[in-house]
Amino acid sequence: MTMKAKRSRLDLRNGRIDLSHGAGGCATDQLVKGIFHKAFDNDWLRAANDQSAFAVSAGRMVMTTDSYVVSPLFFPGGNIGSLAVHGTINDIAMGGACPLYLSAGFIIEEGFPLAELNRIADAMGAASREAGVPIITGDTKVVERGKADGVFISTSGIGIIQAGLDLRSDAARPGDAVIISGSIGDHGVAVMSKRENLDFDTDIISDCAALHGLVAAMVEVAGSSIRLMRDPTRGGLAAVLNEIANASNVGLRIDEEAIPIKPEVAAACELLGLDPLNVANEGKLVVLVAPEFADALLAVMRAHPLGAQAALIGHAEADDHCFVQMETSFGGSRIVDWLWGEQLPRIC
Amino acid sequence: MKYIDEYRDAKLAKDIARQIAAAVDPARSYHFMEFCGGHTYAIARYGLEDLLPANVQMIHGPGCPVCVLPIGRIDAAIALAMRPEITLCTYGDLMRVPCSNGSSLLKARSAGADIRMVYSTLDSLSIAEAEPNRQVVFFAIGFETTTPPTALALRFAIAKDLPNFSIFSNHVLTPAAIQSILENSDARTLGNIKIDGLLGPAHVSTVIGTQAFEVLAEEFDTPIVVAGFEPLDVIYSILMLVRQVNDGIHKVENQYIRAVTNLGSEKAKREVANVFELRDSFEWRGLGAMPHSALGLRPKYAKYDAEKRFDMVTPAAQDNPACECGAILRGVKKPSDCKLFDKVCTPDSPMGSCMVSSEGACAAHWIYGRFRGPGKADESSRTTA
Ligand code: SF4
Repeated sequence: MTMKAKRSRLDLRNGRIDLSHGAGGCATDQLVKGIFHKAFDNDWLRAANDQSAFAVSAGRMVMTTDSYVVSPLFFPGGNIGSLAVHGTINDIAMGGACPLYLSAGFIIEEGFPLAELNRIADAMGAASREAGVPIITGDTKVVERGKADGVFISTSGIGIIQAGLDLRSDAARPGDAVIISGSIGDHGVAVMSKRENLDFDTDIISDCAALHGLVAAMVEVAGSSIRLMRDPTRGGLAAVLNEIANASNVGLRIDEEAIPIKPEVAAACELLGLDPLNVANEGKLVVLVAPEFADALLAVMRAHPLGAQAALIGHAEADDHCFVQMETSFGGSRIVDWLWGEQLPRIC
Repeated sequence: MKYIDEYRDAKLAKDIARQIAAAVDPARSYHFMEFCGGHTYAIARYGLEDLLPANVQMIHGPGCPVCVLPIGRIDAAIALAMRPEITLCTYGDLMRVPCSNGSSLLKARSAGADIRMVYSTLDSLSIAEAEPNRQVVFFAIGFETTTPPTALALRFAIAKDLPNFSIFSNHVLTPAAIQSILENSDARTLGNIKIDGLLGPAHVSTVIGTQAFEVLAEEFDTPIVVAGFEPLDVIYSILMLVRQVNDGIHKVENQYIRAVTNLGSEKAKREVANVFELRDSFEWRGLGAMPHSALGLRPKYAKYDAEKRFDMVTPAAQDNPACECGAILRGVKKPSDCKLFDKVCTPDSPMGSCMVSSEGACAAHWIYGRFRGPGKADESSRTTA
């Protein structure tokens, strides 16, 4: 008679991660199946291989990877799990590509509550289902207490670019229109509002969202007249504009009054002494487009729920210094720089 | 945003700019120094220079406490912090100021010194309370605005009976610095500069009042307008200065009436007077040694005075010879006049203190205004003696 070893059940309510969950044995298997496979459920994971095979159509592929170390793990409008899914989908989408599959790697600290891990995995599952981009392979490691901040997630993704489209960060040219898909700073302020030492009252929720649907609509109408797209995550709009200016060797001139900012975000930034231009976003994109396509692109963006507040905020110009300059609402001008000195840590 | 939007009304700012343009006499020039780094920051951040007529020039002054601290004092603090029993508490901006031998508090910390960044004096008290085996020293800097909180910290330390807490006082006094600049005492070495009026410090004045500047306006025939830090405050104060110059008067006016009174805060002044006394002389970066320009702890609090308690010595340290911070703090040079500006000296790798704090003239110009480049500003006022 064969006896199957009897396992104790994963206690999703009160249990905590211990080192055995990362040892590769029975407890690891139980954790992966009981939390991740359940939350991400799909055929590839059910096949339980160390890798997943899939067919692709012809064309150029993109691949990207990113690690998520946000603090706190849960914030208004999302958590590290939904962020990890949306962030990687957006990195693919910024190449003008259609995202296909994701992988997820977890580094979990000993003692981390299973209930929280379950919430994070559920959010990832929901985000990936909603986006139509399954998580088809993954990895789990457990480190000793004190060696990680709860949980770190690393996600990779691949996607396919439609023929003829080639978005490159050095493609901006003088005259190009600079468009942003909506209000800036929402994610950074939402996360900061939940920091232990900063706790302040605000109704702002993170803008964390997957942008590939919006991008598909944009590509359909403007195609290869889109020069490039970037999502202004850590470092905010200011960092992305400087990256674009430097990569493309152009100057950018933007108009302070045209940049959408929610009054609550502006107020919170004032309180914390931050410039909203430096604050992180997780559901916004910046696009540079040939000027003659700007109106058509704006119209299609505004027709999409994630681009309803899209605004033309400036244009590229010839400038050997690659300065990003802003016309202030006072009628003066100033440089918009990357953030110097102290950064607020880990908000995406 | 109540109390903020009112002072950032762009339409009103443009209107005031038009009034300035209409008021200025095209046959003359106006040179106004903004004493405070807060004003320097606001001018750069909101691009206010572009709103002023070409013959109205703003000159950056010394008003950033980090910028005016001579590096010898930081060297002394580092030497203290290297002692194994010491925990040195300090504000963030000071951490990156370059001092002797390429060091800084940040580098000293990575070399093993126990240096902690705090946001208020009270944080350092909490550390002293939580770690009774450490000698906790608060590295106090700042103008009149930050002195009352230091005085209060000392009172709390006594009330809580914290024998392991002490203060390294580097508090300095604004009127002394203004006097030194208006006197042009070392014009021979730094050049001479014409100042037609001064934007006076707002936060400082909430403590010491506008009265403290009256004798200076009188003695040096220079109009002074105590100005708030919001862009509208600044631009309106410039209009007030233009009017005084046109009318040939020189008095202290208070633009920042929402917070500043003639006499300031009696309570804060009492608190400070109880704890501090005038030092005979104190070295300022860029301005040299000035009599009665700084505060030290009164002898009755000697055991809370880190300088006495730990026999601290301030070495006579030299600034980087190519760094023009000294001339910039006096308004005789602009950041772009420095050979190191934007070459080896940037906020990422500051060579002088003016490039460290966001209120430092070099940092403000680099971060917000370096597209203006050298030569845009009128050079007529800058004559080297
Ligand atoms: S640019 Fe740097 S080195 Fe030159 S004066 Fe300013 S801080 Fe000093």
